[in-house]
Amino acid sequence: MSKPSDLVQGTLDLLVLKILALEPLHGWALSQRLRQVSGDVLQVSDGSLYPALHKLENQGWIHAEWKPTENNRRAKFYSLTRLGRKYLEKEAANWERISTAISGVLRLTEV
Amino acid sequence: MRLEQWIYTIPLRVRALFHRNRLDSELDDEIRDHLDRQIEFNVAGGMSPEEARLVALRRLGNAALVRDKTRATWNWNGLEQFFHDLRIGMRTLSRTPGFTLVAILVMALGIGTNVALFTVVRSVLLKPLPYSDPGRLALLYEADNGEEHPAPWLPVDAGSFWEWQRSTQSLAQMALVSPFQGYNVSGEGGKLPEAVEAAWCTGNFLSLLGVQPMKGRAFAQDDDRPGAPATAMITASFWKRRYGADPAITGKTIWLDDKPHTIIGVLPPTFVYSGAFGGATDQIWTPVRHEAPAALLNTYGDHEFLVIARLAPGVSLATLAARVDALQKQIKSAHPEPAVHPGAISRTMLDDAVQNYKTPLYALQGATGCVLLIACMNVAGLLVARAASRNKEFAVRAALGGGRMRLIRERLIESLLISVSGGALGILLAWAALAWLVHARHDMNRIEAIHFDGVAAAFTLAVISLCTLFSGLISAQSADRGNILAGLQEGSRSHSGGRSRALLRRLLLTAEVGLTVVLLVGAGLLLKSFQHLRSSDLGVPIDNALTLRVGLPNARYKQGEQKIAFFEQLIARVRALPGVSSAGLVSEAPGEGWNGDDLMSIVEHPPLLKGQGLDFMLRGVDPEYFSAIGLPIFKGRTFNHDERGDRANVVLISRGAAQQYFPGEDPIGKHLRTIDEGGVWTVIGVVGDVRWNVAKPPNPTLYWPIYGNGYNFATIVVRTAHDADSMAIPVQKIVAQLDPDLPVSNVMTLREAIGKSTIDSKFDAILVMAFAIIALVLAAAGLYGVLAYLVAQRMVEFGIRLALGAQRKALLSHLLLDGLKPAMAGLLIGLPASAVVVRLIRSMLYETEPLDPMVFGAVAGLLLFVAIAACLVPAWYASRLDPIRTLRTE
Repeated sequence: MSKPSDLVQGTLDLLVLKILALEPLHGWALSQRLRQVSGDVLQVSDGSLYPALHKLENQGWIHAEWKPTENNRRAKFYSLTRLGRKYLEKEAANWERISTAISGVLRLTEV
Repeated sequence: MRLEQWIYTIPLRVRALFHRNRLDSELDDEIRDHLDRQIEFNVAGGMSPEEARLVALRRLGNAALVRDKTRATWNWNGLEQFFHDLRIGMRTLSRTPGFTLVAILVMALGIGTNVALFTVVRSVLLKPLPYSDPGRLALLYEADNGEEHPAPWLPVDAGSFWEWQRSTQSLAQMALVSPFQGYNVSGEGGKLPEAVEAAWCTGNFLSLLGVQPMKGRAFAQDDDRPGAPATAMITASFWKRRYGADPAITGKTIWLDDKPHTIIGVLPPTFVYSGAFGGATDQIWTPVRHEAPAALLNTYGDHEFLVIARLAPGVSLATLAARVDALQKQIKSAHPEPAVHPGAISRTMLDDAVQNYKTPLYALQGATGCVLLIACMNVAGLLVARAASRNKEFAVRAALGGGRMRLIRERLIESLLISVSGGALGILLAWAALAWLVHARHDMNRIEAIHFDGVAAAFTLAVISLCTLFSGLISAQSADRGNILAGLQEGSRSHSGGRSRALLRRLLLTAEVGLTVVLLVGAGLLLKSFQHLRSSDLGVPIDNALTLRVGLPNARYKQGEQKIAFFEQLIARVRALPGVSSAGLVSEAPGEGWNGDDLMSIVEHPPLLKGQGLDFMLRGVDPEYFSAIGLPIFKGRTFNHDERGDRANVVLISRGAAQQYFPGEDPIGKHLRTIDEGGVWTVIGVVGDVRWNVAKPPNPTLYWPIYGNGYNFATIVVRTAHDADSMAIPVQKIVAQLDPDLPVSNVMTLREAIGKSTIDSKFDAILVMAFAIIALVLAAAGLYGVLAYLVAQRMVEFGIRLALGAQRKALLSHLLLDGLKPAMAGLLIGLPASAVVVRLIRSMLYETEPLDPMVFGAVAGLLLFVAIAACLVPAWYASRLDPIRTLRTE
């Protein structure tokens, strides 16, 4: 399994929460959406999604539910809980702050 | 975690705990669903079904690992793994039941003895006494800190006590107690007469301790005066035993020394008075001013009492002690008689009760600590050896990606299993040991306080955890050192491996042997001291001699002639018993205690300075006593039958007294005069020395006729050709015929009496010896184990050496020396360490120097002998190897 860089590893939770905030999704759909929005920048294997999802569920940020889908199939849908939404807001603001700071530093021109 | 979070996560936790299989299958479903959708997506994108599947799998990654990592996020996963490891641990341990059993037993022994000793030390030495605010209670003693005969901790005379009490009212309350009294309880209402240990106390004694009676009332000040009605309190055990716990006991009459006393109350079962001078077995308590003779209550020279003080708030013991010491110095200057002591000292009541047990108990605790340490090292050593034999397995597991922590945890769990099982067994062992101790040593102060309680249980858990960590981490540390490749390579051909592990085990062994040496030296010294004590010469032959004690109540035997008549009749009948070769009467038999001395001067010598005198221990005897006890008369003669009553002014003195007080002259015909009363006695003979206490040197002793010096008690000494024991019943029958109300006490042979007075020393010596032997066996097993392991590892090497023509004898001695190295190192460490440690037990030794060269030599010899024996077997085995067969097995 390819290892995403440390920075991405830490933010995978944040991305997952953000995507689920838009609408409840099952695992595969989530992986597709992740790939679409981040392009190929984030080298996340599909498999590493599941430990993350289960961890978030155990922390109470997201809620999982088996629901019927097309063709008489079933899939496990994940949706954001109220707590998860609050957590996401806090973490997103945090991320905003840190990334602004880091970009600011990186934009410094040598004199 | 916040409440809302609980709402979301509790169902998950419940499912994770109870529906784990469903969770597993759901995860499988989820991953399968993911793959299906990805394959469909890929096919829709134009791939062939086969290609679509491969791409989907590749994008997912290692499915098994995904599953594992996901499971790891679930709740209780750590617990599950723990149980898993536990199962594996149990399985691996049960594969080698011999090893497991030995390890568990070793641990059980170590933990059990420690828990037992800890419980004893805590209960006896540390737990507060069962009185209210016991920290403020102290005992005061008189002391003679003069240079000639310094003597601390002397009992107190009543005269000094009243003065102390009067002058320290603002500092402390004080009570007087005399715990070494005794009564003849008459047979009334069909009960047997018996001699009962008793105590006199002042009226405030119980209220000072804060003890409430369980029935009736405690003594009041008014009971404690000469003219008061006679009252007594009894202990709960006496109440149950003699009165069948009669609920209407208060107000009943009890006949003490033939005088009626009213029982006013029963002491609670928790009440025990235990001090350095005994008292724990006292069963009757009476007010001192009513019971004690007036002379005793006013004298400064007769020391029959102990003083208990309760410090007033804010007053320190040092303050009180200084005040009392100053008072006593004043008293001495006002009464310069030699019998008045010139100082006073004090200690807390708890110290007073347990002073004599401190060193032995701490020494035993130290010994058990050593045994536990050795046990842990042995188990660690065994685990290291096992680790070595599973080396290849660990290397393979590590190579396949087994986590290091997981491997270490497995080790810890093995040692946890051993320690916990050992601990459980150890608690049983401790429980049995405590039960035995309470049974075997009821002579010990505060033995009743021994209970296995919460703190002891916590201590057990702590010990188990320590053992787990100690032995587990040592073996884990050894396992995790190697790099994997070396492990795999070493495993393929096993001829020179495991050196580092053997080194670790050798270090453990060195420490083990060192501790064993310390234990052996300690045990050797105690044993030698006990032997000395045991064989110390009482001064008379101790075989086939029985002693029995009778006391005549003064109330019934009022006249001196009555007492003499009784004793004469008694001894005549005893002598007439078939089987009795001789019999005599003595006020105190050898080894029976101090019981009275007096100061004398010699009439023919120049007068002594005022306040000085020659100290004689006093013994009343009948004319036949010397031949009955077997005491040789060196000079002169024994008493005539008419030297009694008014004509009883003749004495025999001991040889020690003759040499000390009549140097270079013949004492026969000289006269002694008591300093106080002025009576004069003629010396008519010199007899051998005897000891009043088997552990103390003989004192100058004076024997005078028991018929006529006011004695109302006597010990009957019966000498037989064999089986002195069998005379006990016939003699008791004779006493009962003469006076059915008269109890007989202290019925025992001289040998038993000595056994009783040496029980402390025997107990300590035997226990420490037992611990030392356990340690020695463990160390020997360790030595054997390491060398056997090395030999097994290097079997092929030895085969090759032998094949190339190595001398078997050279191989043997080489291996032997190799195996003995840890023993030698341990010995070199242990001997100096012992020399330091034994100083701590100096006070427990009798006529034995702490640095006894014989003991040290014997220990070194024994240890080397055992070590050689332990190493010889594997070394000999190696030297007998058949090279061809060895090489073929590889």
